[in-house]
Amino acid sequence: MASEPGRAPRLICRNVWKLFGPRAKTWLSTNGPSPSDDAISASGLVGAVRGIDLEVREGEIFVIMGLSGSGKSTLVRCLSRLIEPTGGEILYEGRDLLAMSEAEMMRIRRHKMGMVFQHFALLPHMSVLENVAFPLEVQGAGRSERETRARKVIALVGLEGREEAYPRELSGGQQQRVGIARSLAADPELWFLDEPFSALDPLIRREMQDEFLRLQRMLSKTIVFITHDFDEAIRLADRIAIMKDGKLEQVGTPEEIVITPSTPYVTEFTRAVPRAKVVRLGSVMVPADQPAPERCLPATATVAEAAPVFLDGVDRIGVTDKDGLTVGQIHRSAVIDLVLGGWKDG
Amino acid sequence: MADAALPAPIPRPKGLVWLLAISAFLVFSTWGASLAPWAFEMPRAWQVPFAETLSRFVKWLLNDASFGLFTFAELTRFIAAILDAPYRLVLAFLSSGSPEAGLPPMSWIGVTGLAAIAGHRAGGAPLALLIAVCFGFIAVFGRWESAMVTLASIVIAVPIGIAGGLAIGILAHRSRFIARAIIPVLDLMQTVPVFAYLVPILILFGFGPVAAIVATLIYAMPPMIRVTMLALSRVPAEIVDLGRMVGCSEPQMTWRVMVPAAKDALMLGANQVIMLSLNMVIIASMIGAGGLGFDVLSALRRLDFGAGLEAGLCIVALAIALDRLSQAFAGLKVNPATGGTWLSRHPHLFAGLCLLTLTYLAGLVWPWVETFPVAWEYTTGDFWSRVMREINVTYFDALEAIKTTLLLNLMIPVKRFLIDLPWLGVAALLAFAGLQLSGPRLALLTGSLTVLIALTGLWEQAMTTVYLCGVSVMFAMLIGVPIGIAAAERNWLWVGTRTVIDTLQTLPSFVYLMPAVMLFRVGDFTAMLAVVAYSVVPAIRYTVLGLRGVDSGLVEAGRAMGCTEGQILRRIKLKLALPEIMLGLNQTIMFALSMLVITALVGTRDLGQEVYIALTKANAGAGLVSGLCVAFIAIIADRLIQASAARMRAGLGLADGGRHES
Ligand SMILES: Nc1ncnc2c1ncn2[C@@H]1O[C@H](COP(=O)(O)OP(=O)(O)OP(=O)(O)O)[C@@H](O)[C@H]1O
Ligand SMILES: [Mg+2]
Repeated sequence: MASEPGRAPRLICRNVWKLFGPRAKTWLSTNGPSPSDDAISASGLVGAVRGIDLEVREGEIFVIMGLSGSGKSTLVRCLSRLIEPTGGEILYEGRDLLAMSEAEMMRIRRHKMGMVFQHFALLPHMSVLENVAFPLEVQGAGRSERETRARKVIALVGLEGREEAYPRELSGGQQQRVGIARSLAADPELWFLDEPFSALDPLIRREMQDEFLRLQRMLSKTIVFITHDFDEAIRLADRIAIMKDGKLEQVGTPEEIVITPSTPYVTEFTRAVPRAKVVRLGSVMVPADQPAPERCLPATATVAEAAPVFLDGVDRIGVTDKDGLTVGQIHRSAVIDLVLGGWKDG
Repeated sequence: MADAALPAPIPRPKGLVWLLAISAFLVFSTWGASLAPWAFEMPRAWQVPFAETLSRFVKWLLNDASFGLFTFAELTRFIAAILDAPYRLVLAFLSSGSPEAGLPPMSWIGVTGLAAIAGHRAGGAPLALLIAVCFGFIAVFGRWESAMVTLASIVIAVPIGIAGGLAIGILAHRSRFIARAIIPVLDLMQTVPVFAYLVPILILFGFGPVAAIVATLIYAMPPMIRVTMLALSRVPAEIVDLGRMVGCSEPQMTWRVMVPAAKDALMLGANQVIMLSLNMVIIASMIGAGGLGFDVLSALRRLDFGAGLEAGLCIVALAIALDRLSQAFAGLKVNPATGGTWLSRHPHLFAGLCLLTLTYLAGLVWPWVETFPVAWEYTTGDFWSRVMREINVTYFDALEAIKTTLLLNLMIPVKRFLIDLPWLGVAALLAFAGLQLSGPRLALLTGSLTVLIALTGLWEQAMTTVYLCGVSVMFAMLIGVPIGIAAAERNWLWVGTRTVIDTLQTLPSFVYLMPAVMLFRVGDFTAMLAVVAYSVVPAIRYTVLGLRGVDSGLVEAGRAMGCTEGQILRRIKLKLALPEIMLGLNQTIMFALSMLVITALVGTRDLGQEVYIALTKANAGAGLVSGLCVAFIAIIADRLIQASAARMRAGLGLADGGRHES
């Protein structure tokens, strides 16, 4: 499974609230710490984020998924304190971000956080190079230093040769590559992406998702990725949090969410998802028989990835752990059941 | 667009209530005079001597006011000194030269060439040519000296206006407190006629170019402040988030993120400052600006149509050159050149320096390089005077007949009717309208402003203003709306019309006055003609904007239901465009009021005349009070029309301010 127990939480939310409306803070402190939905709507406030508890672990891709208006953007802006949360705690490196001064927060944003925006937010008067170097310029880095670094990240996202172009001269996909390069320029540890691919065409979107996974394999950032697209969440996430009306419905690996949706709302999303694409061999394997199977795949591979192997006429394949040791096997019939969608619990 | 419903009928304010209110008003106006004469003419004892108080206040400011460390008079002298030094410098370059150093001013070829080189830098050869033609035009008509004096004060006023407007706009964007304090001030500054504050400026700064620059700044800066506030608030939220996310400090946020991101809109504001400064050229010459404005004004006083027209056209030429130049620079996408020598990176700068040196040296040898020779000058003054005389002789009877008919059958009856209305009744009716259209706050505003006007004792002049403005606006709308409807439907016509009205808008308002005076001599009719000519532009523009903005889905739905083109126009387009046309009406009224003050020069008897008299007598209090009365009329009209447009928009299910909701 993707989230190994060894990974430590890096960013922790405890009972985070964001209420929009006049005097929300006073209202929450008198009616808190966790007012009911009825009380909120009676007060005339808008409860955009309600009592969120979550942990983002080191080096994982944590996807927040929810429909429009569910409070995803508000939540991610609370995490970086672009909007001031109305209540709760956000712990980073053991300290509460909400208790920090504006100056300290500025330092953390400069050096520890990067953000990618849905509509790219490129500065129209700057070239690609200047846009990417902008975070370093703000920090006061010298020209040659910041340009060297900027060229490096531009190469990383595959935009070499376009350094002197202006945003208006680039396609949507290229613009978002600039946005990604810029968010990486200061080498942040926390990487926030708010629906980074939603404004792109489906084909480009897929290409960018692959690109994103490739980058993450190299960089191992701690990522909070926002999307309203469940398929995108399944493809990218180590863990998914599903939001509805400002609250978390369920948090878990894609596999857990698809196999054991905890509420009817989540079930709705998972209905159309082919199980075989989500379920990993590790969760459906049985103890291996003798003799050991000839073909082997890692436990993290999905059933859909294993299916082509059976086309060669193999009857069962072995499942290995990350050290390459065989830990189990899987039968052709089990795979056919899953691929055809007939997964039965247990 | 299956559910593109046709517009719902506009919810009319309950018709019966209006009928009752208006009847009561008319009954009282007709028979109330004997019952309550004080409601018709404000008794002298009740009138408040605002003017005297204000005059005393200005005198106190000038003589006694002190801020502890320095007095108010010292402050104005300080401002004057700050403005005066750079003005002298620029003037020396452009016009006067430096007699002490024995240096001549820049030659006419030098100035024209520099402007053309700047044009080439921003807009290539066509712009360079246009600018050269504009400056050549000025030289040929013998207005070079005057034009350079005018240009010098523009060169000083425009950067200060832009920088000041930007700074204040940024402050207002940052602090909601400042914004709240500044908006009413802007409202007032943009509705008080310029003449009104000329008087206090004259008293505080004395007659001369500095006072003129101050007046120009007060006139041209408010739009820049507004544009800045608007432009900054329209910077996409994501860009603001980005700035904070990368950890910008406040200056970095302002200068590296917000201002550049809002650049396009800010450039429009800067362009407006230039155009408004040029608009002020003639008025500013009343308090000592000199230059082209003075030429127009003195020609107008001599009734020398040809000379006035030529000087006016020279202002237009200057305006066109500066307008196109600033627009080209605004649209310029800078891709800074790198590499190469200094010379190859800055060819325009180099060419400019060469030109200056060469023309200076050549001017020492050939005098015609330095000053444009009189022998080359040309004037059409005689021609125009002859044309005018000819028209007046041939068509005198026809012109006179038109004038008399309109005066006797329309203008004088309307004037009588309005002047005889009781101030109390008008205040009550306007308050009622405010109540119906918006609510108690608007009712209080319109009612109390009307009473204030009455309290100043200028009721009759105010009603004369209302009458002249009303008749002119009616004609402007009668002419402008049909033109707008025709132009909205046909692209080629709109392109032509737009060119014409864009040009009309660059004409200084005084220019409209001249042909009217020539043909009809002085009087209300002449004033009305000039006002109509000046204020027809927004009527056309907003009609076209409104009609073109109508959701095409609704038009298609109408066509699918088998409406004829006429039905589509009447039932769908005009109905949906009505709120926009109302805003056009609003703008037309504002234009008309600002022109009306200027028509005081041709002998109207309205508030404008009061302002003008105050100006000639240097009576600060009277000038301000009459000016404020004009502003009050403008504010009342503006708020009532805005409120009814908002109601209509709500009734049509249109989003506030936008016509395109899905
Ligand atoms: N400044 C604000 N004032 C009042 N309400 C707000 C404000 N910002 C957001 N909201 C409300 O908070 C809720 C959550 O908004 P948010 O933008 O976080 O949703 P989202 O999940 O990001 O949606 P989308 O997918 O459309 O971006 C919405 O109901 C929205 O109307
Ligand atoms: Mg969002």
